[in-house]
Amino acid sequence: MVKKKIDFGPYLYLLPALLIVVVFRLVPIVLSFLVSFFEWTINGAGDFIGFNNYTKLLSDPGFWQSMLNTFYLVIFVVPLSLILSLVFANFLNGITRLRAFFRTVYYIPTVTSMVAVSIVWKIIFNQQTGLMNYLLGLIGIDPLGWLAESRGIFQLMFGDGVPAWAGGPSLALFSIIILTIWKGLGYNTIIYLAGLQNIPETYYEAASIDGASKFTRFYKITLPLVSPTTFYVLMMTTITTFQVFSQIYLMTGPPVGGPLGTTKVIVYYLFEQGFGESQNLSYASAIALVVFFIILGLTLFQRKLEKKVHY
Amino acid sequence: MHEKKIVSYIILSLCGIFMILPFAWMLSTSVKSQLEINKGNNGFIPYVESDYLELAGESELLRCKILKPAPGDSLWINIFDEEGIIISSYLKVPASAVTHKKSIKFIFSNFANAWKKVPFGRYFLNTIIVSCTCVFGVIVTGCLAAYAFARMKFAGKELIFYLFISMMMVPQPVYIIPSYILLHKLGWLNTYYALIVPWLANIFTIFLLRQHFKSLPQELFDAASIDGCSRFGALWRIVLPLSKGVIATASIFAFIGSWNSFMWPLVMIDSPQLRVLQVGLSYFSAEASSQTALLMAASTFSILPLVLLFLIAQKQIMASFVSSGLKG
Repeated sequence: MVKKKIDFGPYLYLLPALLIVVVFRLVPIVLSFLVSFFEWTINGAGDFIGFNNYTKLLSDPGFWQSMLNTFYLVIFVVPLSLILSLVFANFLNGITRLRAFFRTVYYIPTVTSMVAVSIVWKIIFNQQTGLMNYLLGLIGIDPLGWLAESRGIFQLMFGDGVPAWAGGPSLALFSIIILTIWKGLGYNTIIYLAGLQNIPETYYEAASIDGASKFTRFYKITLPLVSPTTFYVLMMTTITTFQVFSQIYLMTGPPVGGPLGTTKVIVYYLFEQGFGESQNLSYASAIALVVFFIILGLTLFQRKLEKKVHY
Repeated sequence: MHEKKIVSYIILSLCGIFMILPFAWMLSTSVKSQLEINKGNNGFIPYVESDYLELAGESELLRCKILKPAPGDSLWINIFDEEGIIISSYLKVPASAVTHKKSIKFIFSNFANAWKKVPFGRYFLNTIIVSCTCVFGVIVTGCLAAYAFARMKFAGKELIFYLFISMMMVPQPVYIIPSYILLHKLGWLNTYYALIVPWLANIFTIFLLRQHFKSLPQELFDAASIDGCSRFGALWRIVLPLSKGVIATASIFAFIGSWNSFMWPLVMIDSPQLRVLQVGLSYFSAEASSQTALLMAASTFSILPLVLLFLIAQKQIMASFVSSGLKG
């Protein structure tokens, strides 16, 4: 029997990309588990400490605060962004003239760097020289603290009678929520628009003949048929919102910091632990892995949900 | 029907204004005088409101501030230059020579001042070097790998493919700490290598290209192989010429990603000489936090290159959303 010669060609083509992916993705990811189980400084491994970092996390108020802040960020940004972008896309889909123009306008925030727009929004929210308080002043509302305000938005809205635990995100975090929605809206709108354009016009015509109202058509045709896009947008927005860092660092980072830590999200906390004063790389690694498993869990959960609701 | 369209346009316009407002305010603030900003001119019009000294026989007015009245119907004043720096203090002038005026004035020198304040030229250069090298690498490694995935059969293909997919889903914050340790071990922290080498392959690009390479008709490849064209020859002579559009799209996305990346260079680079634009800008914003006009000017020229690139390439970008099947 003649042995078939192995063709190494394909592997040669794959090699450059594979090398980068293995050395700079796979190895670090495996390494991050090791790092979290050992005392680790920049110079190498120290003693094995097992799950110490993880048990420390459970009783670390800074960690729980940052988890709560991240939760607020996700719970506000994701639904609002989804609803607004679907509405925008729906209006865009209804017009023909100027559609390209509006699409461009909505998309511009997405291509600009988060660093630059965070600087702009930080000044927009500035108490003394910002646009927000200027606009509020024009309609006769007292200036707000925005990025310096640690009180929750529900406390500000309904008075100090609201207990702290029900106060919601601080106004500082809410300011960052506004920026985050604004920044991501264009991308989601364009994705939704592409999804809407895949729905055959005949469905709407048939429904109109049957006497379905505009709302019914949206509810019974658009919403179900655009659901694959909704799942994609939901997943992407959740995952990216979970990893928010730049705007937190720029708007409430060093040297001043945010009000009472109410804007520290999980990735910012990870950065602070790993690269801040404490330089605790192995503790930061444990935080990174928590982020990893949460995102993995969310992805698997949404995949499962998608299979159930897919039309 | 027609009225509904008008409602659509009105709503779209209002939302469009909300989307563009921060940029409009950025532009107007970037040409304001810092003095006016501090005095509370926080709207959209860059006006200057001041007392001016009229010199007999001169057409130009000098900006000044009245300190206190002096005997004999005259005033003590300070004289300022355009940027509000005192050039002459405690001058006694006749009261009739001083007038109060409010006029629109664009202080374009804010841009030059911001540019000089920190080495933005260097930051731009670093960013261009890093982004261009990364895009080139991403396209080369991407085309080779996508070609293998799309048009070759080999053992372990599925396995490697799933490895790539799963690696793509791991977010950057998860591997940034071990990468920092790894790059330290390699001695690459604080060098261009740290910013470039780990980003020479992009899994998303590989998928985008693979999708396109797969769609090319098999007959082309059969014909080429009958004519004696080698495997690499087919990539070079057939696949690449037929993939200019998708390669352009992939390059644009890779370029935008590289240009805007922040956390990675913030962590990996310490030396001010090697700062990329985003990191340099963030340090500038901490240093010059009270100089609103300069910060807005710096933000403007940092944003501008990508906005221009987007406006030039927007057809390409928008088309890719419709065609590349970016759905669940």
